[in-house]
Amino acid sequence: MSVFDGLKFRKVSSPIHNLDPRIKFIYVIAIFISAILFHQILPLAILLLIQLPFVFLARVQKQWIRSLRGAAFLATFIFIINILTKFFYNNWTLTALDIETAIGMTMRFIVLVESFSVFFLTTSPDYLGLALEQSRMPYEFSFAFTTAVRFVPVLAEEAQTIMDAQKARGLELEKGNILKRIRNYIPILIPLIVSAIRRSLELAEAMESRAWGAAKKRTNLYLLKLHKGDCILISVTALILLVTIYVRLFLFSSIPLMNELISRLI
Amino acid sequence: MITLKDVHFSYANNIEALKGISLTINDGDFIAIMGQNGAGKTTFIKHFNGLLKPSSGTVHVNGVETTKTSVAMLARNIGFVFQNPDNQLFSETVEDEIAFALKNFGFDKETIEKRVTWALDFLSLTQYRKTSPFLLSGGERKRVALASVLAWDPETLVLDEPTIGQDHEQKEKLRQFIMQLQAKKKTVVMVTHDVEFVSECNPRVILIRDGKIVADGIAKDILTNSKLLKESSIVLPQIAQIFTKLSPLGLPADIIDLDEAETVILSKAKKEA
Repeated sequence: MSVFDGLKFRKVSSPIHNLDPRIKFIYVIAIFISAILFHQILPLAILLLIQLPFVFLARVQKQWIRSLRGAAFLATFIFIINILTKFFYNNWTLTALDIETAIGMTMRFIVLVESFSVFFLTTSPDYLGLALEQSRMPYEFSFAFTTAVRFVPVLAEEAQTIMDAQKARGLELEKGNILKRIRNYIPILIPLIVSAIRRSLELAEAMESRAWGAAKKRTNLYLLKLHKGDCILISVTALILLVTIYVRLFLFSSIPLMNELISRLI
Repeated sequence: MITLKDVHFSYANNIEALKGISLTINDGDFIAIMGQNGAGKTTFIKHFNGLLKPSSGTVHVNGVETTKTSVAMLARNIGFVFQNPDNQLFSETVEDEIAFALKNFGFDKETIEKRVTWALDFLSLTQYRKTSPFLLSGGERKRVALASVLAWDPETLVLDEPTIGQDHEQKEKLRQFIMQLQAKKKTVVMVTHDVEFVSECNPRVILIRDGKIVADGIAKDILTNSKLLKESSIVLPQIAQIFTKLSPLGLPADIIDLDEAETVILSKAKKEA
């Protein structure tokens, strides 16, 4: 479950945790867009480095590294697929440029995962729901969203119990060929799905008995207000976007490749 | 035989759930493990079939150390019935559900058929043989879960909270059923909060508090020790409460069995008359 740990929120007080989730989300989207606009290593490396001050300010280095490790498998996969397709497409040859593009693609994926990881690590599901609600999203939607996020660890724990229960009945998950191994998971998945459905029905009943949807307009105990930190972050976001768009429009072709940079250094 | 030597166990979040437990469970023992919520009861019993391995110390099952074998191998001797049957039911019919473990252990077709029929009959589930387990009531689902473990006839049966959600009649059946297993020299270990049920069953009681064993003895001694029980958030069984209050009248205080209570009261009444 280490991949989930890299996305799981823990209550800590830090300048990043206290930021308005809406602004943080805009920032993540800005990074997302920037990452998609480039395929070269240099700008993507810069985008990755930009995350570091946030990670350290939020003191979530450990969990962040863990999410990196979780993404490593898919990243390797993306790298290999890129290399292989280039290799076959270019009649069994590989240039330095091909390798650079493959690394670039992999880094783009890592930048995306890591910026979202910072967002989820530092934003409580409650705040997220609040942000959705105050962005005029219907309460039903924001509630469904926050509930889904909140139930992920609950389901993970339940999956563990179910695995224990089936192992205690002699199920060996790691036994057999690939097909058998996939089939081994049926006794885990069915109870998990059934209990999730049962749980959601119970939750719905419990909520209705506590007057869910009785009043058209709900009031909130907490209100999101923009603070100084939020203004700084929105300026930083705007700056990143401006620089990105400028570089993309006017300097895109002159972004140096890594092998050029290295040969220039030598 | 299960032997635990100075078992410590910590979860990944560094919470130490077991703090040095040593215990021997002999073949044919009937043990109730009691203690307040979070005392470490479930963590403790999960060591018996290797679902959890000790952080330090050792657990031996029939001489084999649990760290040196698989859960599946240990499960052959240790049948573990989980608290919530919904954590294991997945088959289309009750029959398939019960056959699942038997297939995992590689029994032949004839034996599976025979064992399934026996288990269905033993827990009065025969009429549901072809029913989906998901359509049964909570109590019935619990019995299916129990039957699915009993079917492979393990030497030791571990029951986590077997009485939860069962009506009085089912509890009585469960008690008789444990007695039947006892007659067959099977080892039964149950975790429970139900003092009344324990006082009716009269097993050896092990009290766990904060990851340590604080008492280990016959039910009569432990379930009448109000100070000890209070520290574990357990109340005395009702019979023991009455006899504690009546002790100034010259009646013994340490009584938890209904029949014994009757005998004592009748002889006292005869003497008074």
